[in-house]
Amino acid sequence: MGSLVLSTVCQGLLWSVMALGVYLTYRVLDIADLTVEGSFPLGAAVAASLIAGGSSPFWAVLVACLAGMMAGVVTGVLHTKLKIPALLAGILSMIALYSVNLRIMGKANISLLRMETIYTPFNKLGLSNNYAILLTSLIAVIIFMIVLYWFFGTELGAAIRATGYNKQMIRAQGINTDVTIILGLLLSNALVAISGAFVAQSQGYAAVDMGTGTIVIGLASVIIGEVLFGTRDFKNCLLSVVLGSVVYRAVIAFVLYLGLNPNDLKLFTAILVAIALSLPLIKSKLQSVRGSKSC
Amino acid sequence: MLKVEQITKTFNSGTINEKKALTGLDLHLKAGDFCTVIGGNGAGKSTLLNAIAGVFFVDSGRIIIDGDDVTRSPEHKRAKYIGRVFQDPMMGTAAGMQIEENLAIASRRGKRPTLKWSSQAKEREHFRQMLKMLDLGLEDRLTSKVGLLSGGQRQAITLLMATINQPKLLLLDEHTAALDPKTATKVLEITEKIVSEHHLTTLMITHNMRDALRYGNRLIMLHAGNIIIDVEGEQKQHLDVPDLLKMFEQAAGDEFVSDRMLLG
Ligand SMILES: Nc1ncnc2c1ncn2[C@@H]1O[C@H](COP(=O)(O)OP(=O)(O)OP(=O)(O)O)[C@@H](O)[C@H]1O
Ligand SMILES: [Mg+2]
Repeated sequence: MGSLVLSTVCQGLLWSVMALGVYLTYRVLDIADLTVEGSFPLGAAVAASLIAGGSSPFWAVLVACLAGMMAGVVTGVLHTKLKIPALLAGILSMIALYSVNLRIMGKANISLLRMETIYTPFNKLGLSNNYAILLTSLIAVIIFMIVLYWFFGTELGAAIRATGYNKQMIRAQGINTDVTIILGLLLSNALVAISGAFVAQSQGYAAVDMGTGTIVIGLASVIIGEVLFGTRDFKNCLLSVVLGSVVYRAVIAFVLYLGLNPNDLKLFTAILVAIALSLPLIKSKLQSVRGSKSC
Repeated sequence: MLKVEQITKTFNSGTINEKKALTGLDLHLKAGDFCTVIGGNGAGKSTLLNAIAGVFFVDSGRIIIDGDDVTRSPEHKRAKYIGRVFQDPMMGTAAGMQIEENLAIASRRGKRPTLKWSSQAKEREHFRQMLKMLDLGLEDRLTSKVGLLSGGQRQAITLLMATINQPKLLLLDEHTAALDPKTATKVLEITEKIVSEHHLTTLMITHNMRDALRYGNRLIMLHAGNIIIDVEGEQKQHLDVPDLLKMFEQAAGDEFVSDRMLLG
C-alpha cells in the first residue's frame, strides 16, 4: 500500500510539469493547445535518444526542453502569423510531431533499462528508485513553480497574462500580441517536453504513442486542482495544478484498484474532464431550477 | 499635434457590401485641443478613431502624430502616442488581473516589456493617489480584480490607464454610452478634469449633442465619411442643439435622423 501511494505521488509530480504547461495555454493564454500531444512524446524521444546514445541525462532534458520550445513556436507562428485557428494549429503540429518523433527515435520505442538517468544521482546516494524519482521531481517542480511565479510577475509575464484576458486592451498598451502568444506557447511546450523526458526516464522507455491523451490528462489536473484547491492568486493557481495532478493520479490508482480495466482509463479520464468542464453549466442550471421552485 | 490628411477607407471593396466609410477626410488638431465628434449611425466616427489608432491601415492619405508619420505603423507601435477608451467597459481592462496590475501595464504603455517585476511598491502610492482623484472608493482596492468592478468603475479605470503617462492623443469612442446617466455624467466629469489638467489633445465621440456642446473647445460633425461641420472656441460656445440641427440640414441637404442623438 505504502509503495502504491509513493508511486502515485511520483506519477503526479512527474506529470504535473506537463499540467503546468497545459495550464499556461488553457488558462493563462486562453488557448486549447493540442501541440502537447506531440511535444510530450517529443521530449521523451529526444531525451531517450540522447541518453541511449550516451549523453548525460541532464543535457538530454535540456535538449528536450529546447525541442519543446521549437514545437511551441511552430504552433504559435501557424496561429498568429498564418492566422490558422489555434485549435487547428495545435492539431497540425501534433500530427507533424508524430513523424518527427519517429524520425528522432528511428523506431517506435527506445528502452532506457540500466541506462544512467536524472534519477541515478539519488540512487547512488542509496535511495530506492521510487524515492529518487520522488525527490528529483519534487525539486524540479518546486523550481519550475518559483520560476513561473517570478516570470509571470514581470512586465513581460504580465503582458502575456493580459493577452489571455484581453488582446485588444494589451495591444492598445503597445504590446505585440503575436509575440506574447508565441512566447506563451513556447514556455508551455517546453514544460510539456521536459515532463515527457522525466516520464520516459522514470518508466525506462520512450514510445512514439505515449502522448495520446496528454491534453486530457493535463486538463483533468488543471480542473481538479482548481475545484479542490482554489484559484485565489497566481501562486495558488500553480500549486493547485500540481496538487490536481497528484489527485488525478490518486483517482486513477483508486479506480484501477476497484477493478477498472486499464484499457478503459482514457475513456474514464475523458468522461471525468467532460463532467468537470460542464460543472459551471450544471451548477447554474441547478441554481435556476432551485430558484424557480422557490418562487 | 494630430494631422489627418485626405484619408479614405473603403470596407469590402469591390463587393456588393462595399462601404465607403471615410471619404478623403482632413483634420488638424492643435496641442491641447479637446474636440468632440458627433454624427449619425454609420457616419464613420469609429472608423476615424480606429484609423488613427491603427486598428487597420487607411487606403490613402496620411496620419501624422506629433510630427511622426504613423500611416504605415501597426497598432501596437502607435500605442506609445495614443491612449484609448472604448465604448464597451470590458474592452479596456484585463478582467482577471488586479487594478494595480492593470495600471502597472498602462504606466509602461509603448515601452518594450522587460523582466523587471511588474508591480513596484514605489508606484503603488502614485496609483493610490490617482484612484483617489476618481472619488469612487477604489484607492483601497488596488489588489481587487478589475472583473469585480461595475461598468462605470471599469470605465474610470480605463480612463486612468489611457492617461496615466500622458498620451500625445486621447481617443474616446462613446466611452460613456454603456453607462447609466448618472455614472455617465460622473465619468464625463472625470474625463474633463483629466484632459484639462494635463492639456491632453483629445477626440471624443458622443451621441449626445448636449455633451458634445458642453465639453471641449471644438466640435466636428461627420456625415458619410467626412466632416460637414467644424466649429471651435467662441462660435462653439454660443451654439445650442437646434442650431446644430439647422447647420446639419444646410450642410448635408438632408433631414437629421437619429433618435438617439435628439433624445440624448
Ligand atoms: N470592419 C468593418 N467592416 C465592414 N464595414 C465596416 C467595418 N467597420 C465599419 N464599417 C462600416 O463603415 C461605416 C462607418 O462605421 P462606423 O463604425 O465608423 O460608424 P459610426 O459613426 O461610429 O457609427 P455609430 O454611431 O453607429 O457607432 C458603417 O456603414 C459600417 O457598417
Ligand atoms: Mg461608432
